[in-house]
Order: sequence, then C-alpha cells, then structure tokens
Amino acid sequence: MSRIESVFKQKNHKALIAYVTVGYPSIEATLKVVPLLAECGCDIVELGIPFSDPMADGATIQRASFKALENGVHTALCLATAKKLSKKTSIPLVFMTYFNPIYQYGLAKFCNDCVASGIDGLIVPELPPEEGDELENLTGKSGVDLIYLLAPTSVEERIKLVAHKSRGFIYLVSIAGVTGTRTELPPELGKFILKVKQFAKQPVCVGFGISTPEQAAQVAQNADGVIIGSRLIQLMETDDAAMTATQMFVKETRKALDSIKV
Amino acid sequence: MVEKQGYFGNYGGRFVPETLVPALDELTTVYQALENDTAFWQEFQSLCHYYIGRPTPLYFAERLTAHCGGAKIFLKREDLAHTGAHKINNAVGQALLTKKLGKKRIIAETGAGQHGVATAAVAALMGMECVIYMGSDDIERQKLNVFRMRLMGAEVRPVSSGSRTLKDAINEAFRDWVSNVSTTHYLMGSVVGPHPYPAMVRDFQSVIGKETREQSLKDYQRLPDYIVACVGGGSNSMGIFYPFLNDKDVKLVGVEAAGHGLETGEHAATLAKGTLGVLHGAKSYVLQDKDGQILATHSISAGLDYPGVGPEHSFLKDSGRATYASITDKEALEGFQLLCRTEGIIPALESSHAIAHTVKMAPTLKKDQIIVINLSGRGDKDLDIVNQALGAKQ
Repeated sequence: MSRIESVFKQKNHKALIAYVTVGYPSIEATLKVVPLLAECGCDIVELGIPFSDPMADGATIQRASFKALENGVHTALCLATAKKLSKKTSIPLVFMTYFNPIYQYGLAKFCNDCVASGIDGLIVPELPPEEGDELENLTGKSGVDLIYLLAPTSVEERIKLVAHKSRGFIYLVSIAGVTGTRTELPPELGKFILKVKQFAKQPVCVGFGISTPEQAAQVAQNADGVIIGSRLIQLMETDDAAMTATQMFVKETRKALDSIKV
Repeated sequence: MVEKQGYFGNYGGRFVPETLVPALDELTTVYQALENDTAFWQEFQSLCHYYIGRPTPLYFAERLTAHCGGAKIFLKREDLAHTGAHKINNAVGQALLTKKLGKKRIIAETGAGQHGVATAAVAALMGMECVIYMGSDDIERQKLNVFRMRLMGAEVRPVSSGSRTLKDAINEAFRDWVSNVSTTHYLMGSVVGPHPYPAMVRDFQSVIGKETREQSLKDYQRLPDYIVACVGGGSNSMGIFYPFLNDKDVKLVGVEAAGHGLETGEHAATLAKGTLGVLHGAKSYVLQDKDGQILATHSISAGLDYPGVGPEHSFLKDSGRATYASITDKEALEGFQLLCRTEGIIPALESSHAIAHTVKMAPTLKKDQIIVINLSGRGDKDLDIVNQALGAKQ
C-alpha cells in the first residue's frame, strides 16, 4: 500500500489536502508553511511546480506561479525543497505541475529524483490517460502514484478509464472551469461524486473551488477528501509571519471535516 | 503517416485538462463525419465564393520578378480574401461546424487581430455570440483590428498575464473554454492546439493550396518549383503546402520570424531554435528554457510572435519535406516596402517575411523557374507599426 493510500485507511477520517505553489511567496515560506499545514490537520500536501503557461489555473494560482518563477524557482529547486520538507514532516507530498517542465527535466530522471526527494505522488492537470503511458510506466516502476483527474464533463467510459488507471486517489474536479475560489459549488456535484465512486476502487478527492470549511464539509459528505489551493494561496498573500490566518483556516476546515458523521 | 490518433510522427496529441477531452472527442467525431457530408462542403464552398470572394488570384508579380532578376514570382492573393487575410477560410469552416455542434457561442484568440476579425465576421454572419482574447500588448499595436472586431459585435477581452501576446491569449481562451465548454466552441485560428485542431484547421486552409495547384496547372500548365509562406503557428503555410505534399518536385519553404536576429534570442523562430516540448495541448517544437518554461518571443509582426508551431510543421521539418528559413524584422520591412513599390500591393508584415525570403532566393534560380508566395494578408493593419519603424530610421 502506498503512503497516499494509507491516508485513506484511517477510520472515520476525511482527507484534507492542501496545495501550495513552491517558492510562493518565497522558498522559505514554503519550507515553513508545509509542516504547519501538516500540524494543523492536512493529510497530504500538493507542491506546485510553477509553469509559465498554466492553462488550467485561475487568477490566484497564475499569480503565484508567475511570482515563483520570478523568484527563480525551477524543477530542480522544487525537488530540493521537497527533500527538505520530507525530513520536516511525515505526511505524503505530491507534486502538481504541467507536463512541459517535467518533460524537459526528463521523465525518467524526474521520477527517480521524486523518490529520492520523498515525493509520493504526481498530478499533471493537462495529461489525460491517453497521453500518460510513458509516465504511468515510469511512475509505476518508481512507486510514485500518478493521480489522474475526472471532471463533471467526463462520461461513464472515461470514469472507468480513470478508475482503472489512477493511483493513490482520483482527483475529481468539482466544476467545469479553472482553479480558483467559488462562492457556490454546483448542485449536481454530490451525485457526480457518488457516480464516480460506483466505479472507483481508489479514494475520490474533490478539488477546484472549495474555499470554506462549510464547503469542504459539504463535499466530504460524499467524497473521501477535499483539496484546497487558491484559498490557501490567498490567505498566505496577506498573512502575518506566524501564518496565523492560514493555520486557523486549516484547523477550522479539519474540524468541519471531523464533524461529519460517516 | 499518423501512427497514433492526432499525431504526425512524434508530434501532436492532446495534452488538455480532462474537462475538455469529451468536447475534443465530440469535435473529432463531427469533424471526421464531414468527410462524407457533401451538403457541408457545398455550403463551405458557397461561402468561400460569395462571402470570402474565392478563388483568390494567382498573380504574376512581373515587376518584383524583374527587380529580383531570377525565377518568376507569383503571389497567391489571400490578402484579397474578405477581412483581408487567409484566416477567414478556417473561420468560415469552423463556424459552420459550430452550427453542427449546436453551440451558439464562439471564442477565439488572436495575435495580429486577423483571426479575431475573421471570427468576429463569421459570428456576425451566423448570429453567434463572440468573445475574442487578445494580449494587451497586441491590442496596443493592432488597434485598428480591435475596432473592426468591436464593430462586428465581438467582445474583445484584453489578456494582461504572462507576455501579454498571442500565447497568453490562447491560455485565456482555453480557460474560458474549460469554463463554458457545454455552450461554447473554441474557434482556434492556427494549426496548433490539441487534436483535432491541427488537422482540421489545415483542412479548411488547404483551399489555398488546392486553388494554387489548379490555377498553376490551368494558367501555366505546370506546378511551381517553390512555395514560400510565413510560419507563426503555421496555418497559411500548412494550407498552401498540404495539397502539394505528394508533388515531390515542388519545394516547400516556411519562413519564420527572426526578430532582431536569431543570435539575439529576441525572435520567434520556433523550428530554427526550439526544442521538443508540450505547449497549448500539443507536442511540437517549442521555444523554451532548460527548465521547460516557455520563452518570451519577439517579432515586428504580431501574427508570427508565438513560441510554438503546429505539430505537422515539426513533422515536415524532421522528414525534410519542407525546409524552414527565417527573416529578421529589418528584412521583413524591406520586403514590405519592395512589394509596395514594385507591385502597388501593401502586404501584411507576416507575409512580408515570405516576400523577403523570396527576394533572397529568386536571383539564385533560373528564369524559367516559378516561386509562389502565399501573400497571406494585407498590410493595412500594420501601417502604424511600419510608420513608426521607418520613421525611427529616417
């Protein structure tokens, strides 16, 4: 069982997954915030490797990516940062990035270096299973979970395909859209999660748009976990040095998830 | 040739968020079904004739030929097509396709504004809602086209992220599409992007090459020796190249933008200086740094100012079936002025790259040889830029 899978084996526990862009607002901030996120109740942290053309991201993560690139962040530095983080925290770490940065790094070398840096999984938002053969092979050999995504537009055939191929969990995109906070989630989301769960042997986690503890709890009624990105980035943008607001938000979200009767 | 669906050799594919995959599947199905849809092609041809004004002439540029003193130079006059460039061919085709998809909203990206204008025109023609994404830098340098789009009822949304040019406009169009995919068709303007766009756009644009071939045979009883066309994303060049791919004696030459010079790093010559990468949904040559970040490009012509290139061009380059040259801003401006003065034709700065390269080639060839330049657009939109560039010099 992979370290990611074992997160979901805890009884009566909904997973809380956080996303941060590596190097935003600084590498030091990333090194500081990830262990805090773990302490406040995050089960997994996604580390975003910034890309110059983030087509699946809304304004918040775009801004974070551009700033991180200005700060000189690149793939090797993200791997080095992950290595430091994996010594500071025991929760699973997952890279989330677009295909081109890791393609240039060399897919095989990247997978090896992920293992050496304590990375447990990989999410590539613009890599559908049809294009994923090579990376599936390499991650499979390295023991890195390649996590595929599903969207509200996915038909049954594609749900089956992703359920067959995704490792660790399935990343279910809550809405047809880009990343970013939303005041409301689509009413049909709950039904869609249940439909995916009919086919999925692995856990199903929902991301995109989740911005409040209430939304997290609502989604986790049906899902095995929730993923929060843009909201955390926004909090970090204005937070104090101790990251008080970020910690408080994560704790409240943890509490909301723990209050769900399973 | 296509080993895997949507691939040209090692290039192409479909690197897009899952949300878009079903829409691309649907688009592929509808597009493939067109092959046997005579009614569709009749309507397309009818619009090509009555709306676009096709066939565009294959014009013998006698004074330009005399000036160069070598091969005979012909111009395929896409500048005479409705809205002033070849972009309208693909816009009409995809707008008809949008009707088949049952969608009523069209979005598009634009660089120089020619594709935006063409898309705004077909949206007006078919009564569809239209949003055009355009880099804020491009809006600044192509004001006239922005006004034209707005006149025809399109909403032009400035894109101020990244390099504020064509590549960022494409990112933003994808973000719109992913958010509105059930109601909206993304009318991509070049032979780039995920499958089926590179093949589909090429097929709509290949009307240029088909006509050139027929006109050449009818008027001159032979095929050209060379076809020269500029390459940004690569739609006018693919459109004129494609019907000649099996005519092995016809040499195909693409011309990229060398900007301030290939050695300066300020250019948009993707095939000359790029490496294999994935951008905007397809694997192709890409201008990128060692970390896989996409580089900012430079060209005096907004339509060539793009760090990617259509996957089929990458394939043609590797196979050797087409060769690719590059022309600097300065050379393009000279080509621009030369055509103005010898033929009384004001070309687009994009097409001026093809002219400038032809001017270099023609004197080295025999007088009975034929070069066809795809004069992909007219230059009215570029007059401010040219005025500034020449003013700075004089």
